[in-house]
Amino acid sequence: MSKKQKKMLLRIIISAVVWAAGLVISHLFPAEDRFGIMGIVQFVIFTAAYLTIGWDIVWKAIRNIAHGQIFDENFLMSIASIGAMVIGDYSEGTAVMIFYQVGELFQSVAVGKSRRSITEMVDINPEYANVERGGEVAEVSPEEISAGEIIVIRPGERIPLDGRVISGSSELNTAALTGESALRGVHEGDEVISGCINTNGLLRVEVSRPYADSTVARILELVENSSENKAKTENFITKFARIYTPIVVFSAVALAVIPGLISAAVSGWTDFSGWSEWVYRALTFLVVSCPCALVISVPLSYFGGIGGASRHGIMIKGANYLEQLAKAQTFVFDKTGTLTKGSFSVTEAVPEDITADELVGICAAAESYSTHPIAQSIIAEAQKRSLTVSAEDAEEIAGYGVKAQVGGKTVLVGNYRLMERDNIPAPAVELPGTVVYCAVEGRFAGYLVISDEMKSGAPAAIAELKALCGAKTVMLTGDRKSAAEAVVKAAGIDEYHAELLPDGKVAQVEAICKARPQKSALAFVGDGMNDAPALARADVGIAMGAMGSDAAIEAADIVLMNDNIESLPLAVRISRKTHRIVMQNIILAIGVKVLILILTAFGIGNMWLAVFGDVGVAVIAILNAMRAMRIKK
Amino acid sequence: MKKTYKLIDLDCAHCAAKMEDAIKKLPGVTAASVNFLSQKLTLEAPDELFDDLLKQTVECIKKVEPDCTVKL
Repeated sequence: MSKKQKKMLLRIIISAVVWAAGLVISHLFPAEDRFGIMGIVQFVIFTAAYLTIGWDIVWKAIRNIAHGQIFDENFLMSIASIGAMVIGDYSEGTAVMIFYQVGELFQSVAVGKSRRSITEMVDINPEYANVERGGEVAEVSPEEISAGEIIVIRPGERIPLDGRVISGSSELNTAALTGESALRGVHEGDEVISGCINTNGLLRVEVSRPYADSTVARILELVENSSENKAKTENFITKFARIYTPIVVFSAVALAVIPGLISAAVSGWTDFSGWSEWVYRALTFLVVSCPCALVISVPLSYFGGIGGASRHGIMIKGANYLEQLAKAQTFVFDKTGTLTKGSFSVTEAVPEDITADELVGICAAAESYSTHPIAQSIIAEAQKRSLTVSAEDAEEIAGYGVKAQVGGKTVLVGNYRLMERDNIPAPAVELPGTVVYCAVEGRFAGYLVISDEMKSGAPAAIAELKALCGAKTVMLTGDRKSAAEAVVKAAGIDEYHAELLPDGKVAQVEAICKARPQKSALAFVGDGMNDAPALARADVGIAMGAMGSDAAIEAADIVLMNDNIESLPLAVRISRKTHRIVMQNIILAIGVKVLILILTAFGIGNMWLAVFGDVGVAVIAILNAMRAMRIKK
Repeated sequence: MKKTYKLIDLDCAHCAAKMEDAIKKLPGVTAASVNFLSQKLTLEAPDELFDDLLKQTVECIKKVEPDCTVKL
């Protein structure tokens, strides 16, 4: 509790004791007449209790009216409580104020606690950095270090800035960024990312960018700004709050005047005795006129959901995206890098008259000057088999492949059309993946199959999505049909469109968007590298963000920091849970208030009920909102 | 120029909304937000008007919640 909160607690206790004393006295010595001795004694005791607890509320009310704010909650509480005192309900008038303050205190403690636990959870901010300057290591704030400087990270410390390891090796705990508990090994020359924890070795790191551009600073900014992207529900609540208070206040005024007037008129302006009862009911209205429970709990729920998600390596840029994701029923996936690993590897080597090693060696040699991913994968395979490769006169034949001299022989490596062009008889292989043909001295020598492996978690993730929300799944790819089909079948995806150009993907997303069920949303999941337009076009763009990938963080609304497709169903679960909690809070808060208003209007409810209802609902809603933060994996 | 300030003793959520409304209405302010959960004020305004607008912003906040202070 803060100092301010402790002071309030003390005031509540004192006032409650005085109030209880007043209650006892008024029962032992009931006042016959409000203006008799006992009446005055009671008035003095309760007024003392009232002023102890409520002086600041009344003072704020007066000052705010001077500032032109009429529907201020302080003002409404003051009117309600003072009104009750005036019509003679001293104990109730004081109690209303005491309970109001208890509620406010409780809210402020609960909100403060929730806020702290959420901020602590996403606290990946490094406090200091050890920088090498002039041969000495100094501890400075990360903001003071510029790119190019050398920092030292000891075991147990958090990496303060992004950079490259220049000496040392260690294992990093990336849980704060990715939610994954597996350690990641780093060695000399590897990139390291701020926010990770160095577990066992001493690292010397050359800083690659200043703190303001570092991964940690960007993520923190993202999380902090996320509550500014308000969900539609939040905006609805703000609007609702703006009209709710005036409506309740005007009905209170009507309730105070009209029925009393009518009954007085019926009695021929002789009997005004019923009037104070109607005034009492009107005052009770004022007690429930503050929409606090809603106004606090709705953003708190979203904030909790976003905080909870970040612990699992899911960065959500705003409550609005969380809300959209909860509504998503169509999921469109990019293939490469999203459902598949995005790295090509030789999955099959089928030689003809030579050994597999020879085949790989020849192909790798011919491709050794190429930087194409396919060529790189063949070279990597040759390295894996520890083959030495060399070629001369390598010449690229655009659209076909490569021609080169390997070990004095003329070698052709390329696609089927290359074989056809040179009239080399070769089998036409129809397999998912890319087939690279090889011919030596004009004779077919075998082929390699290069394919992109599917991520192991993809089928399970797709299945879980379908189970969660009956999602329709679509895959878009620029790749060939056969390659697409293989992935779609293995992953259990409903529909696919292959051989698309980048703008074709956007067009497809648009078409699918139009066809989606009403009031549902479309999510596009891509790797963020070349999907930016599609990510932007979808209702919610989700990027697979290999840690620190700027493009992904920039383009998407939600980033799966661990690059793990299995986080997708988790993100959907979080969004749906948060949405459910928000709805529960809205229904609970509005429902209880309306119920209290109705009961009060018919004279069944009283001021006690109103105060308990109002404060109780706020507290329950806050506690409920905190559930959004806790997520089972 | 866009700057963020910490708010101390910002106690009520819909006061934050009221402050935000009031600050946004100040002539010259390009964007403003009062964030109850992170207890932060973000103000964006042209450089030459910034100091003056910041003063008015603080007044707006004081008007809505006199106990709340901006850590400058």
